[in-house]
Amino acid sequence: MKLELRGITKRFGAVTANEDIDLVIEPGEIHALLGENGAGKSTLMNVLYGLYTADEGHIEIDGVRQNFSGPGDAMAAGIGMVHQHFMLIPVFTVAENVALGHEPTKAFGVIDLAQAKKQVLEISERFGFNIDPDALIEDLPVGAQQRVEIIKALSRDAKILVLDEPTAVLTPQETDELMEIMRQLAKSGTSIVFITHKLREVKAVADRITVIRLGKVVGSAKPDAETSELASLMVGREVMLTVNKKPAVLGDVVLEAEHITVLDDRSQKAVNDVSFEVRGGEILALAGVQGNGQTELAEFLLGLRKPLGSKAKVNLNGKEITNKSVREVLESGVGFIPEDRQSDGLVSEFTIAENLMLNSSYKSRFTKGLNINFAARKRIAKELVEQFDVRTPSAETVANKLSGGNQQKVVVARELSREVSLLIASQPTRGVDVGSIEFIHEQIIAARDAGKAVILISSELDEVLALADRIAVMYRGKIVGIVEPNTSREDLGKLMAGVTA
Amino acid sequence: MSTSKEIEVKVGLKSPIVMGSIGLLTLVFLGLLGRDGMVAFEISRRTDSLQLPTLDIDSSLLGVLSGLAMFALAAFSLSRAIKNLKTPIWVSIVFGAVGVTALLGWLAAEKSVPIAFIAGTALVLAVPIILGAMAGIMSERVGITNIAIEGQLLTGAFMAAVVSSITDNFLFGVIAAMVTSAFLSMILAIFSIKFLAQQIIVGVVLNVLVIGVTNFLYQQWLTEDAQNVNFPGTMDIIKIPVLSDIPLLGPVFFENRITVFLAILIVPTIWFILFKTRLGLRARAVGEHPLAADTVGINVGRTRFWWVTIGGSIAGLGGAALTIGNAGAFGREMSGGFGFIALAVVILGRWNPIYASLAALLFGFSIILRVWANQVSPGIPTDFITMVPYVVTIIAVVGFVGKSRPPKALAVPYVKG
Amino acid sequence: MSEINKADNTMPQVMREIFSGGLVRTVISVLLGFLVGALFMIGSNKEFIESLGYILARPGDAIGAAFAVVNDGYGALFRGAIYNADAETFEKAIRPLTETLRLGAPLIAAGLGIGLTFRVGLFNIGGTGQLIFGMIFATFVATRLELPFVLHMVVALIAGIVGAALLGAFVGFLKATTGAHEVILTIMFNYIALYFFTFLMRDPALLQESRASGNPKADPAAETALLPKLLGDNYSLHWGLIFALLAVVVFWWLMERSTIGYRLRMVGFNPDAARAAGINVEKTYILAMALSAGFVGVAAANQTLGTAIGVTPSSHANIGFDAITVALLGGSSGPGILLAGLLFGAFKAGAPSMQVIGVSPEVLGIVQGAIVLFIAAPPLIRALFRLPKPQTTNALESFRKRVFTRGGGSK
Repeated sequence: MKLELRGITKRFGAVTANEDIDLVIEPGEIHALLGENGAGKSTLMNVLYGLYTADEGHIEIDGVRQNFSGPGDAMAAGIGMVHQHFMLIPVFTVAENVALGHEPTKAFGVIDLAQAKKQVLEISERFGFNIDPDALIEDLPVGAQQRVEIIKALSRDAKILVLDEPTAVLTPQETDELMEIMRQLAKSGTSIVFITHKLREVKAVADRITVIRLGKVVGSAKPDAETSELASLMVGREVMLTVNKKPAVLGDVVLEAEHITVLDDRSQKAVNDVSFEVRGGEILALAGVQGNGQTELAEFLLGLRKPLGSKAKVNLNGKEITNKSVREVLESGVGFIPEDRQSDGLVSEFTIAENLMLNSSYKSRFTKGLNINFAARKRIAKELVEQFDVRTPSAETVANKLSGGNQQKVVVARELSREVSLLIASQPTRGVDVGSIEFIHEQIIAARDAGKAVILISSELDEVLALADRIAVMYRGKIVGIVEPNTSREDLGKLMAGVTA
Repeated sequence: MSTSKEIEVKVGLKSPIVMGSIGLLTLVFLGLLGRDGMVAFEISRRTDSLQLPTLDIDSSLLGVLSGLAMFALAAFSLSRAIKNLKTPIWVSIVFGAVGVTALLGWLAAEKSVPIAFIAGTALVLAVPIILGAMAGIMSERVGITNIAIEGQLLTGAFMAAVVSSITDNFLFGVIAAMVTSAFLSMILAIFSIKFLAQQIIVGVVLNVLVIGVTNFLYQQWLTEDAQNVNFPGTMDIIKIPVLSDIPLLGPVFFENRITVFLAILIVPTIWFILFKTRLGLRARAVGEHPLAADTVGINVGRTRFWWVTIGGSIAGLGGAALTIGNAGAFGREMSGGFGFIALAVVILGRWNPIYASLAALLFGFSIILRVWANQVSPGIPTDFITMVPYVVTIIAVVGFVGKSRPPKALAVPYVKG
Repeated sequence: MSEINKADNTMPQVMREIFSGGLVRTVISVLLGFLVGALFMIGSNKEFIESLGYILARPGDAIGAAFAVVNDGYGALFRGAIYNADAETFEKAIRPLTETLRLGAPLIAAGLGIGLTFRVGLFNIGGTGQLIFGMIFATFVATRLELPFVLHMVVALIAGIVGAALLGAFVGFLKATTGAHEVILTIMFNYIALYFFTFLMRDPALLQESRASGNPKADPAAETALLPKLLGDNYSLHWGLIFALLAVVVFWWLMERSTIGYRLRMVGFNPDAARAAGINVEKTYILAMALSAGFVGVAAANQTLGTAIGVTPSSHANIGFDAITVALLGGSSGPGILLAGLLFGAFKAGAPSMQVIGVSPEVLGIVQGAIVLFIAAPPLIRALFRLPKPQTTNALESFRKRVFTRGGGSK
């Protein structure tokens, strides 16, 4: 079965998630869709799966134009999808999950569980999945759950299988197993669309690679292409950003972190025995493809996550802050720009002024005893709005009325106007317009020039190269190398793919 | 950033500790420090043709034995916990039964315990709670919080009384109760599914509304013209031949009004549909993970709507059980919190129709025990007996006795991307 | 729709805020509520039903009868709750208004408590239980301690607040430590509190009246602890109103002016952001439940100390549940709750005079229920009356919106 996407465009309000995308999947091929988080891959696949309706363009199967009004139609046309977040019901058994929606029944609508189990076993044995149809999903390891999803798709006679970031949740061993399964499926004639941002896997398994960036197809490649070439294709940006930057004047060590090991939400080691230090007046970039432990490391430094084991030790200006609460960490002089400002950085129903005192509500320039010092808040908010160039009718405007760039400026203003000696900036320019990016970069440089230590976490290579004084590349929870900012993109790309010299 | 602490679930020692402590309390207060005198457990009613001898035992001895039995159950639970196994639910059920027996014996020192009467009344009292709980289970299993059970029961009670009186036909009364209550539930369903209103608030508000409407009509209409519109009487008691002659079980289960029989049939039916059929599988999928259900072509909104609505009609039947199945007329706010008890029962019964019904029986017992205790042993602080099921519910929801896990998508509106 | 859109561009900012902030929606809901009540009055009126028999011949009769019954009913409500123009003297004519104030006071105080939890994204269905715990403490102080006037009253009031707050804090603690849902916890504690209170009032050694008749009842509050009359002995209005008004001021200060309220609102809108801003969300839940119950405790003191008759198990007068509707109608804001409490207080005050003219005052329960039903589903009212989409006004709404945008919401 040959699948073609023709000129697909999908908009959400003012945001264009997919723009004029063409994609052809040949029968029996493994086609990798490569791109950074937020590049628009998942949106494209949800259009294909009938969860979203495209604004322009259409889908053809074997040359016949399709009209999907829901996942049911896509399934009937032979498209199966394994979502990034599994569509499995944790308290159901494997057989129940596979059967759901097309249950074999006996009289009175009674489910024929024996039949359902037989189907699971049949597919499971054909591909050597080794799945017990009676097991509860929640008792299965993630890798096995994923195989259940594949069984679910195959039991509906899927000819094209879409795997959305399938390795994001897998251990390395499980990843290898999955890639073996993919090869097997392709050999038996199933086409596979493999959505990922991990270069190593693409090179290992794909027959063809299409790279998507910012909602557009930016190129296609064969798996024998250079890793670094793919990396720069994936994370590169058309507008080259130039930031005027004086050489760093290094101060004392501000942050020392030793033997940091942190678990993620799935109790896997997201950060694995990492040590580093940052001095005043320098920007240390934590570069790397997303999902290699940067997020968890930042959350740990802030006190949102507790370290694993007793070896971890963090000193801020010589004082230990390892197991302090978030409030204590913030008050001891850490500024934090969270990676998801909507959910963690702002209260979108609050005004700009209210958001500016978000983490200074105990005893600060915004308070007078138990009262909010409204006069001071108004004055400070007005000053900061001007100083940080927040484009808004007034400081009393509600945050969710602002554009992404201006929202981010509010966050930056809040963190940099406090007395901080360390700034942790996590993806500070994600989803921000070019003008604001430039401004935010200038502010970060200014903070560094004022002698503050800055940890910049970014998956944008350009941003890292433009701002960093040193670059620490993270890969699978470890810092695989700390390099100078004049390192070539190719070498950085290799480090980000885990290739150490 | 997700802050949910998904720590690996370990079977704790909470269950055996709670059971052990209750066992100790029973041993000391109902046993060692208990009341002297023989208790006669009457298995047969005096009117029964077959008269079995009474079981006689010393009240404090019974307390001691019960306490020891509770220790044994706690020890079993402990042995399971050490092997990281959950305490099976039958242990809790047996534990509850032993507790009720010990309490009966303690209350009736030097007197007799009419088991059939107490159990039978407990069942009749539990029927509205059971049926209300079925409404709760059906709606919560598809992900809609149902705080409006109280209103559904009250609606059913009112309609059953009024329509039965006017038409002089109980069948019409029952049908009217079920249909009206279903309409009420549709409001909950539509507000929750279509208008995405806060389900808990809608439930609370519907209760206020139903109490308002029934109070008004009761005052304005039912009291003025009680002979014609609020004098249905109760349905006849049906004796099932042969079965009703079985000692103990006969009078309790097989000599009842049709509402009780219906409840006894409905509970296993819902259990069967929920856990054995395609309908039930899909409903549970909608309540656990609506997006997953949607991706395999199940209509989430429609499923939720019908389960909530049909659940409501069953609660309506529960309301009918209050009037034409027991009291014989409608009274102001006569559901008297049964709807909220049903809510607790849903949780105690872990969203399982069978277990929920057993939990409802616990409440039924606590109500009749209070009344009966005042007769056999005046001066006993019966308020504490009444309090027991509520305390048990709290102990259950804070996770001491087995973790009760609600459907995952409960109270979360589903909107397509 | 087009008119509204045009207005959108020309209306001053303030007007827009009022329109979209829900004031219009609230007024519409109240009017619709009265309309629903009117329909019930008409539908159950004998003259009207009889006139339906010949409606085609003389439709005027039916309309006349309908108008008359609504006019009589709501007229009686007005006479009983606001101003009785038939009274001989002005002093008597305004007595209804003082009754409204007296009966509204506990609704206002308790409504503030429930409204506070709404602002923090919680549901406190346990007003009744907290009220009863407050009454237990206040009754103990008022009947079992001997203190001089004023001091006695103040101590009893504080006891009521503390008693209620303790139960609230315990619920918050259970929620914060075990993750149990506060709705179930508070409903269960309603019953536990009621039976516990009844038990206390059965035992002469505890709270039972000295000349006990066997029924659960407590001694009347000592004279030194009673809330003094506010307008002399001709009116029953007492200092409870002053405390309710003080509670409104404290609530307003707490939620709008203080840093504590700022953090409470922050947690209500976005607990994740609050956590990243260094707020201990779990402790905030405990604090919110304690504060909420504390306001309910003011109502408890009002019930205990406002009357010279001893309290009984039914003295909670369902205020804990009514407070939910008060908070909903009042939009969880101090001034809103003040007005909503007075409206529902007026319903209680006006009931007897409706009874007198033969309209069942229970119709006001329908009005009350209908009002909050319309309040509960903003999209419904907006769709019916084509109002502009509001800004988020409370944390629950914001929670709904966040779930909404996250889609399925099953993490």
